[in-house]
Amino acid sequence: MTGLSVKLKKKLNGFNLDAEWEIGDEIAVLFGYSGAGKSLTLQMIAGLMTADEGSIRIDSSTIFDSLSGVNVPAQRRHLGYVFQDLALFPHMTVSENIDYGANGTAKGERPGKIKQMVDIFHLEGLEHKYPSEISGGQKQRVALARALIRKPPLLLLDEPFSALDNPLRLEMRGLLKDIRTTFDIPVVLVTHDILEAYTMADTIIVYVNGRVAQTGSPSKVFNNPVNEEVQALVDTRRYGVIAP
Amino acid sequence: MRLSLQVATVATVFIVVIGLTAAYLLAQKEFRGKEVLDIALTLPLVLPPTVTGYYLIILFGRNGLIGRFIYEWTGWTIMFTWYAAALASFVVALPLMVKTARAAIESVDKNLINASYTLGHSEFVTALKVILPLAKRGIMAGAVLSFARALGEFGATLMLAGNIPGRTDTMPIAIYSLAGSGEWTKANSMVVLLTLMSALFLYFANRYSKRII
Repeated sequence: MTGLSVKLKKKLNGFNLDAEWEIGDEIAVLFGYSGAGKSLTLQMIAGLMTADEGSIRIDSSTIFDSLSGVNVPAQRRHLGYVFQDLALFPHMTVSENIDYGANGTAKGERPGKIKQMVDIFHLEGLEHKYPSEISGGQKQRVALARALIRKPPLLLLDEPFSALDNPLRLEMRGLLKDIRTTFDIPVVLVTHDILEAYTMADTIIVYVNGRVAQTGSPSKVFNNPVNEEVQALVDTRRYGVIAP
Repeated sequence: MRLSLQVATVATVFIVVIGLTAAYLLAQKEFRGKEVLDIALTLPLVLPPTVTGYYLIILFGRNGLIGRFIYEWTGWTIMFTWYAAALASFVVALPLMVKTARAAIESVDKNLINASYTLGHSEFVTALKVILPLAKRGIMAGAVLSFARALGEFGATLMLAGNIPGRTDTMPIAIYSLAGSGEWTKANSMVVLLTLMSALFLYFANRYSKRII
């Protein structure tokens, strides 16, 4: 099987997460209000947080299974992860940030790989600049380049575009679609932005209060919400946009 | 003065190595006895230096808990040597390093540390390449403060190293002796020198701690 299967239970400060879903080689969007457990799910996939119960499988390898006691540490999961605040290292240049992501790559191959990422993400001329010296959109691209240089089997994005203004967001969505084609890996994107969910997703996974309320293609979820909670969440009229 | 610098430098080298390790553990790890360790390392900051010196005698004196073994094996005791002055300065100045470095390490964005982990880097590499460079200013400030404190250490040093001319009379101790015997001219110049040096170190400590990336 190619793709990602996730089954997680976690109790955290009175919040209960109980989510189960599976995706193939596609862009899956975890969609829901803030605090519904989307980011928590992503952190558990990345190994930054441990679930109380459940399992996580990527392709045919198990990276977490509470029953058999498997819990591969974050350092050895080799997943691409882009943080909401991007988490670029402020003391490293663009090129050093990307290089830091190339852990495990032979020294001789590194310059070539970095050059390749710089080309793909249009970062020419910025290699020696520090994160504080480049624009928001450029930072996004550095974060993506750093996360992808090792060719991870999965890319996780935690609301990475939320701080951008609209034209830039459109551009980044386009870029993400290109990434999907170039790297051919499943992408999990967390968002509470309805437009982003609708335009980006092959599959939408709707989170409501720590549970998966509905899973399906955007048109299925938006046209046939399973219950009132999902209905309220996908009610496009509230956002002043034309219903899909 | 040369003795003072020698004592303070040796003390600071140990402070940086041991203080930084302790600060990292206190900032990043959860373990049993963490609070006790924190308190034990901070106590010399608030205890009268004579009390700290007293503890050091109990530990390292010729009949002390540790000193006894050293004396039995080697016939040597640290008491009344310049090593004792360095040890006293180390213990008294260590809290300044631990406190300052711990705060600096704790202020490093947790997401940056997590980012390093998701990029496949071990805790050691993360500490070396991400945490320490980002906490650098605080660590430098801690080291400079500790050095200044070590340079001015008096009470514990007097208890442990005594006042032996040419061997353990660091500047503060020499000033005490000079004032006692009425040699005001010499005392004045030493006091001015020590004040100026300490002020200079504080200036550097401030500069380091302000310019955070």
